[in-house]
Amino acid sequence: MALTVLVLARLRNLFSVIVLAGIYSFLTATVLVALDAVDVAMTEAAVGAGVSTVLLLGALYLCRSEEARPVHRPWLPLAISASTGALLIHGALGLPDFADPQAPIHQHVAPRYLQNEVDIPNVVTAVLASFRGYDTLGETTVVFTAGAGIIALLRRRRGKDGDDAK
Amino acid sequence: MRSELVLRVIGKLLIPFILLFAVYVQFHGDFGPGGGFQAGVIFAAGIVFYALIFGLVNARKIIPDWLVETMLALGVLIYIGVGLAGILLGGAFLDYFVLSADPVHGQHRGIFWVEVGVAVTVCGVMLKIFYMFTSRSRADGPGDD
Amino acid sequence: MAETFSHFAYFVTVFLMMAGLFIVIARGNLIKKLIGLSIFQTSVYLLYVAPGKLLGGTAPIIAEGYHVYSNPLPHVLILTAIVVGVATLALGLALAVRIREAYGTIEEDEITALDDRIDTAEAQP
Repeated sequence: MALTVLVLARLRNLFSVIVLAGIYSFLTATVLVALDAVDVAMTEAAVGAGVSTVLLLGALYLCRSEEARPVHRPWLPLAISASTGALLIHGALGLPDFADPQAPIHQHVAPRYLQNEVDIPNVVTAVLASFRGYDTLGETTVVFTAGAGIIALLRRRRGKDGDDAK
Repeated sequence: MRSELVLRVIGKLLIPFILLFAVYVQFHGDFGPGGGFQAGVIFAAGIVFYALIFGLVNARKIIPDWLVETMLALGVLIYIGVGLAGILLGGAFLDYFVLSADPVHGQHRGIFWVEVGVAVTVCGVMLKIFYMFTSRSRADGPGDD
Repeated sequence: MAETFSHFAYFVTVFLMMAGLFIVIARGNLIKKLIGLSIFQTSVYLLYVAPGKLLGGTAPIIAEGYHVYSNPLPHVLILTAIVVGVATLALGLALAVRIREAYGTIEEDEITALDDRIDTAEAQP
């Protein structure tokens, strides 16, 4: 995955960049399955590698460009990224070890969710729809708003052909 | 022409299974991985596949614009409807325990309808975005400056 | 050295995050910036899901014979995040398309130059 991202940063042909982004999504989905997150992996594969790639290709067709050669040497962004990364790693060393059963994440709410009060085997669906139903309502509204926003942005006004919205 | 023939045949074979799989993921989301989001996206992907092979005009005949826009809003309304049903039957907003005589059965019903609402909205949004992007022609607006 | 193994997930996440950040800052093309942003978001998904995994556990679907389950809570949060992420990507792409139609380019430098030109032209009545 790291290799994919590095090549993606260097390439200028946008079509290859989009294909690499799709490959990256599939690799992420595989890693997520290895981390036992099957629902998340399915969604990431469907959304990231499927819908996202289609949308990017559609936008590329409408924008029809190739990335211009960068004018400035990217020393300042590299420095910023490297220093931010160093700070983050320094902070991450304080986080719990990988797969530590005593980590706080497993202590408070998760055992209650796993006790299956609602008698639905897929705990993720139960949490999503029942225990945390408000969040899902908010998210559905966000998705709806995004759709409405895109309708507002890309709508064509009725009128003469040259009379398009600028 | 030959490659188009292959695409058409494969499309006709695969698209029903894709749509069926989306419905399966939706309803089996209680027992295996899946649920509303995945089902909505897979269903939209099936329709997108159809549109890519057989043309946008044919896809618009099957799922016209007014249906997609209705689906957008309908999903959110179903979700809010389930919440209001909780209030009308005596509980709090989005309370599933009161939706049926047996509280656990009420949970099942509530979760079922909520997932349906989510899937409908997600499918509608994905399809609408696809339609908007592909129906816009390159000639819209000013050309290269 | 044991630190590197036990925190490997975080290192990978930070590396991917910084790669996404670099693409957003350093590249001028709007579509590439949006892809960099989605790489950034994907690294955050890994950051959330990795601590939930328990060695020897299984996916959080309750079944006979399995006693240890990985934590389902991060899965729920990330599910929402993925769908919201693609919604914002679509909005960003719609904006890029409109910018392309208005300015004729989606390179950041050229857009800024065109804007400056318009501003100086408007400043002189």
